[in-house]
Amino acid sequence: MFGIEMAPFVIFFIAAVLAALTQGWLRGAIMLAAPILGAINLWMTPEGSYWAVSFLDFELNLLRVDRLAILFGYLFHLAAFIAIVYSLHVKDRMQQTASMLYAGSALGAVFAGDLLTLFVFWELLALTSVFLIWARRTEQSYHAGMRYLLFQVISGLLLLGGIIAYANVHGSLAFEDIGLSGIHGWLIFLAFGIKCGFPFLHNWLTDGYPEATPTGTVFLSAFTTKVAVYALARGYPGTELLVYIGAAMTCFPIFFAVIENDLRRVLAYSLINQLGFMVVGIGIGTALAINGAVAHAFNDVIFKGLLFMSMGAVLHVTGKINGSELGGLYKTMPKTTILCIIGAASISAFPLFSGFVSKSMIMSAALNNDHTWVWLMLLFASAGVFHHAGIKIPYFAFFAHDSGIRAKEPPLNMLLAMTIAATLCITIGIFPELLYQLLPYDLDYNPYDATHVLAQTQLLFFSALAFVWLNLYKMYPPELKSVNLEVDWIYRRLLPKTWQGLGQFKQTSMQSLNAFGGQHLARLSDYVSKNYAVQGLLAKSTSTGVAALWIVLMLLAYLVIGLF
Amino acid sequence: MNIEKTHLFDNPKNVKRLLYALYFCCGLLVVLDFVIKRKVYHSWENLWAFYPIYGFVGCVVLVFVASWMRLILMRDEDYYDSPETADKADLAEKAEIAGKAENTAAVLHAGDKHVRD
Repeated sequence: MFGIEMAPFVIFFIAAVLAALTQGWLRGAIMLAAPILGAINLWMTPEGSYWAVSFLDFELNLLRVDRLAILFGYLFHLAAFIAIVYSLHVKDRMQQTASMLYAGSALGAVFAGDLLTLFVFWELLALTSVFLIWARRTEQSYHAGMRYLLFQVISGLLLLGGIIAYANVHGSLAFEDIGLSGIHGWLIFLAFGIKCGFPFLHNWLTDGYPEATPTGTVFLSAFTTKVAVYALARGYPGTELLVYIGAAMTCFPIFFAVIENDLRRVLAYSLINQLGFMVVGIGIGTALAINGAVAHAFNDVIFKGLLFMSMGAVLHVTGKINGSELGGLYKTMPKTTILCIIGAASISAFPLFSGFVSKSMIMSAALNNDHTWVWLMLLFASAGVFHHAGIKIPYFAFFAHDSGIRAKEPPLNMLLAMTIAATLCITIGIFPELLYQLLPYDLDYNPYDATHVLAQTQLLFFSALAFVWLNLYKMYPPELKSVNLEVDWIYRRLLPKTWQGLGQFKQTSMQSLNAFGGQHLARLSDYVSKNYAVQGLLAKSTSTGVAALWIVLMLLAYLVIGLF
Repeated sequence: MNIEKTHLFDNPKNVKRLLYALYFCCGLLVVLDFVIKRKVYHSWENLWAFYPIYGFVGCVVLVFVASWMRLILMRDEDYYDSPETADKADLAEKAEIAGKAENTAAVLHAGDKHVRD
């Protein structure tokens, strides 16, 4: 049944068990060894399907290795390694075990050859990741974790429903192109969509991620959404609806990001914005677009991870993360500042940084396929992402007004992890072929022609100019202590309030009913007792003869009426 | 406060220098538009300084719309903090039951102010 090939998730699950049983440097060493051994194992695994299992009438493949899966496989090993280095100082058994299980589940999902295996890891992703939010151990994080879990569980249920319908129609569980045909197609699409942060289904992300621990968010930002991108790329390439959903995803979060105070929540919004680019790419579905989407997923994990790490470092050393409370940190945290700026430049897709080499593929694909309006939206989103993630994050955290905080640089392991990520951002930016050769389709694409470079640089520099202009003339919205209403208002306020209102309505109507009863029942009982009691009018007993007389009279009257 | 060494941007001159560098780059990029002959994929790219104007206007619109959104969507920081609001409601209720009108007013007022801030 089992070949010699080792499924990548097994290594992480074993490491998780060992991490739960050990402590100190040994735990750190075990955790670090897992992604390294895993990557070597993946490198030695040839393409193909392994670990075939028969379940009922279905053929399951626990390990399917192809180019698409391998790319995500390497990405997740890399992301896990960086995040583990970043969290080496943490001494929290629950969090560390959960993060290993979480990374393993993500690997299990991308190497799943069938939908049932995918479902199992889909649910494991949800169950293991929520502990990274709860590990903050605040009341707020507990509630945010519950809301997060609710969404994840709904996604899982939709997926299960879709899988059952799919098996009914196709008689197989193989995870290949699904498409939007039939109820199964839509159910699975929606399940993927929740985890991918589709508009109106995205709130678990912006709600949950900023409530996780500084290190937990780094793990969270890497896996769940990218598994969803992988699943969409596998199941729904070329689905036109995705182009429009993706375009909406690139645009709407940037408005919220501009007015958001919690800088990690700003990053969560920009995560949805970046996912939007990938979803557009998958929706277009050409070789260039899919390559672009997957390459962007790869780069996003690294530069978004870097940004989350830099903000996590700020939270770790200052205990604050709101833009309104930070500022001037560059004075005492120059290294973190520079690393953050590298992440900001990468996400903004400056030439020579990683975002540029992947985002330009998606933009080109949009233009090549005559999606002019979508292209304009993506262009707007590119300027917007520079605005809120490229400038706002470093500016309000490290520059802006001096908050008076004189925090030291974060621990060495945090700096090291950020340095690894920053190096990758620049390396991929300068040598994009390193990434391109891993992509699912062989293509000859060169991002560094005068056209792309000039256009992108012009766009970004004039976005920066707009920021400067707005800031100088005090038109830029200041960072304020606030929350902004969002879709979550519906289930955090509207539904509970409606429920409460209904409860109150029930209470008041019961009260008025009681009052009404108290008032009128007494009168009714008076009336009844007056007429029906022993001496009452209707309770009088009369002889049978009187009754007979009355009947005779009535019959007589009837006869008289009948005669005329 | 200890005497602290001055940092790079403590000196307004350095901020000015950075801004001038940005202005210069922006100017240069517009000029380059005329020098570099680039491939045009879409007719709109032929418009004069399409990308610079799109970037600038796009960002200004973004910020203005976002500012307007604040008018509708912004709430107090602890808007969703149910335990605290529940506590506050409890307090107000208890004060009311005790019949201390002053106390109630004070508590309610404090709550009000909290929301408005």
